Amino acid sequence: MKTHLPPFMSRPGPAALAAALVPALLLSGCNPPGASSSSSGKSGAPGSAAARTWVAPGEKDEYYLFYSGGHSGQVFVAGLPSMRHISTIPVFSPYPGTGYGFDEETKALLGDYAWGDVHHPALSQADGLYDGRWLFVNDNANNRVARIDLRDFKTRQILGPIPNSSGNHGSSFVTENTEYVLVASRFSVPLPKGRHADPADYEKEFNGMVSGIKVDPSDGTMSVGWQILTPPFNWDLGSTGKGPSSGWAFWTSYNSEMAHETLEATSTQGDRDYAAVVNWRAAGQAVRDGLATTLDGVPVIAPAKVPGVLYFLPVPKSPHGIDTDPSGRWIAASGKLQPVVSVFDFEKIKAAIDRKDFTGEVRGVPVIRYESVLEGEIPVGLGPLHTQYDGKGNAYTSLYIESAVAKWKLPPWTAEEKADLNKVILDKIDVHYNIGHLVVGGSDTKEPYGKYLVAMNKLSKGRHLSVGPAQPESSQLIDITGEKMEMLYEAFTEPEPHFAQILKADAIKPIEVYPKAGSAHPHAIWDAKDASITRRGNTVEVKMVAIRSRFIPDRIDVNEGDELVIHVTNVEQTTDMIHGLAIAEQNVNVIFDPGETKTLRLKIKKPGVFPFYCTNFCSALHQEMQGYLAVKPKS
Amino acid sequence: MIKTLFSRQYRFLRRPLGLASRLLLLAAAAALVGAVFLPLWKIHLVAPQYREGLALRIYAHKLVGGNGGQDLHEINTLNHYIGMKPLAQADFAEMTWLPFAFGVFGLLALRAAFIGRMQSLVDLGVLFVYFTAFSLGNFYLRLYNYGHQLDPRAPMTIEPFTPVMFGSQKIANFIQTSLPQSGALCLALVPVLVAAAMWCSRGETLPES
Repeated sequence: MKTHLPPFMSRPGPAALAAALVPALLLSGCNPPGASSSSSGKSGAPGSAAARTWVAPGEKDEYYLFYSGGHSGQVFVAGLPSMRHISTIPVFSPYPGTGYGFDEETKALLGDYAWGDVHHPALSQADGLYDGRWLFVNDNANNRVARIDLRDFKTRQILGPIPNSSGNHGSSFVTENTEYVLVASRFSVPLPKGRHADPADYEKEFNGMVSGIKVDPSDGTMSVGWQILTPPFNWDLGSTGKGPSSGWAFWTSYNSEMAHETLEATSTQGDRDYAAVVNWRAAGQAVRDGLATTLDGVPVIAPAKVPGVLYFLPVPKSPHGIDTDPSGRWIAASGKLQPVVSVFDFEKIKAAIDRKDFTGEVRGVPVIRYESVLEGEIPVGLGPLHTQYDGKGNAYTSLYIESAVAKWKLPPWTAEEKADLNKVILDKIDVHYNIGHLVVGGSDTKEPYGKYLVAMNKLSKGRHLSVGPAQPESSQLIDITGEKMEMLYEAFTEPEPHFAQILKADAIKPIEVYPKAGSAHPHAIWDAKDASITRRGNTVEVKMVAIRSRFIPDRIDVNEGDELVIHVTNVEQTTDMIHGLAIAEQNVNVIFDPGETKTLRLKIKKPGVFPFYCTNFCSALHQEMQGYLAVKPKS
Repeated sequence: MIKTLFSRQYRFLRRPLGLASRLLLLAAAAALVGAVFLPLWKIHLVAPQYREGLALRIYAHKLVGGNGGQDLHEINTLNHYIGMKPLAQADFAEMTWLPFAFGVFGLLALRAAFIGRMQSLVDLGVLFVYFTAFSLGNFYLRLYNYGHQLDPRAPMTIEPFTPVMFGSQKIANFIQTSLPQSGALCLALVPVLVAAAMWCSRGETLPES
């Protein structure tokens, strides 16, 4: 007979806890991890994790979470604290859900590429705070940067492939007034691009590049402002300065060894790799002063010839993150292969530069003396990748190998703490599993929100209903308001968030319809009586209205071999009254938001009669919203 | 007997107006000017998917949809399913002459204030009440026609109906509420002010000449 245990007996007993703690202790060699939050359980009692993440039906989240979608080429929008996925913003990949990549305008945005690899989203800033205008994201694969307009959550520009820049991983980092989106090359290539060189001549023939993508303050239009030629290190991650480090930017690199094959071993020989310390204001000035030379159409600065724009700073082995704190004074860089975070004092960096406290130079670029600028090496644990700040003097570092987040105290430290930096480690929490980046809202601004931390874990390893071998990524919501971090919730996303940004919900007020009054589209029509079908030679141009529950016109006659151009205006001005136009067997699916006009163009290749219909359920007579494209055969 | 009545009536109509009455008439003229610019009536529609509601404000000279005019389009879009004629300002001939009519009444009020005779007040009061009754009747007829002249080819067939003029009623999934607004209150104030002006001057006598 089965006995029913009282509920408290089913909790993990002391033995299980000890078993969980011991390996963590062995690995970290420092403070034990914080109290596990498993006791918060499933209960909805006030103050419980369930109650704190519960957003009742009809209520709204407090924050936006903008996840990069990795090689899905998209950006995911979720709400915090619920972690609910709200929307997907297609950026580098077609997305039939919103018709992205099917109309002429978004096809032109995508250009020759059907995908991109979105890594690091960055919100635009004014005076070191999020201004809620744009979200920039990079494409690691095809060397592009995109701008999403937060007025309508649409991708409005894709710049690239950026000349002379390859493997756009070290991006997108926005300067404190969105003067630039900063970009650096992860994969060096022979320059200018298109030139062949033997990879065996990597050190001699290949180059990296750090670029400033200029942002037009009025409309956000991006263009290449300047580039700085670098040795072929693999630029990895960066951040921009503020306060004392205003006007500066920092990138880590791996492969200072300049190896070109079997990097796993060849690029991990040195104890240190170089970080780039870039004076971006000086770079902009150098271009204005005519000190750059033009390469593939953009101004490129040779740092050996233009002193003051680039310095190298040694950082521990194979680093990933290099993150400036909200004050702009402390810079934390962590080496994936060393269990420490190195904290640098920018005031010391500035002083070292001023008094030329260098240990030498690499290709004419001075190398700052590590010991002179280091504030301390904090033994956070294994595999430190990336650091975020809460604005209250605390830093949070993701530990990939250890599957944990370490919370530690920023300088200034007491003499006692300095003597044993284990003492500045305040807490540690397990995450599941193998965390990459983490995000604290506003960590890259002067005033972080400091309420939640989202851990973006690379492996979920079956913590969800099984969906077969292709498993989703896991993200975990951690409350950082208390002394101890507290695990609140977890959610799963499609591949593959690398980094995210958190924005307070009331920081933006997106539009919900495109106002008729503001429509400047040359082919927009707002009245059924303006609908038309015009033939010019072999081109048939249709101006169509979509309204509940009709297309006007709903019959189009063409001949085989014609070019058909349809401009559709959704004349609705009501929130969420979206229509779509799909044409059967023509690979057409264009979606129109209220007040939006889109153009689609197709070559009519086969005779027959092809039904078209509304794809986005719009009204009670949505099914009836249909028509025919009648194609006469060639006579 | 009848002679006495006529005589009393004659004296009543020739009765002059005191200062208070003249000021009340100025207020009535101001109320009429207000009615030209303020909304007269509001029709509000609420349904589960229109929680914030669709609003239509009727002015003396225009028809204004809520949400920057969008609600009028939305109401017409929804109405097309039941075959109701689109509401369009151009179809309301009243809107071309109503402000003018309010102006005429305003001038009559000023005239009464200036001439200062009870008879001008009677003219103003009677004409205004007649005009108001006519306008409300006309408004009702409008509502009736919109709800009864439904296109038989419309996608949805519903029983002809009359949108409610005062208060609320349920039409399909919508709750329709219709109520007078500040402009209508201004108009309602006019007969009250005229009556008050009469009352204030009830004891006035012709000055001895």
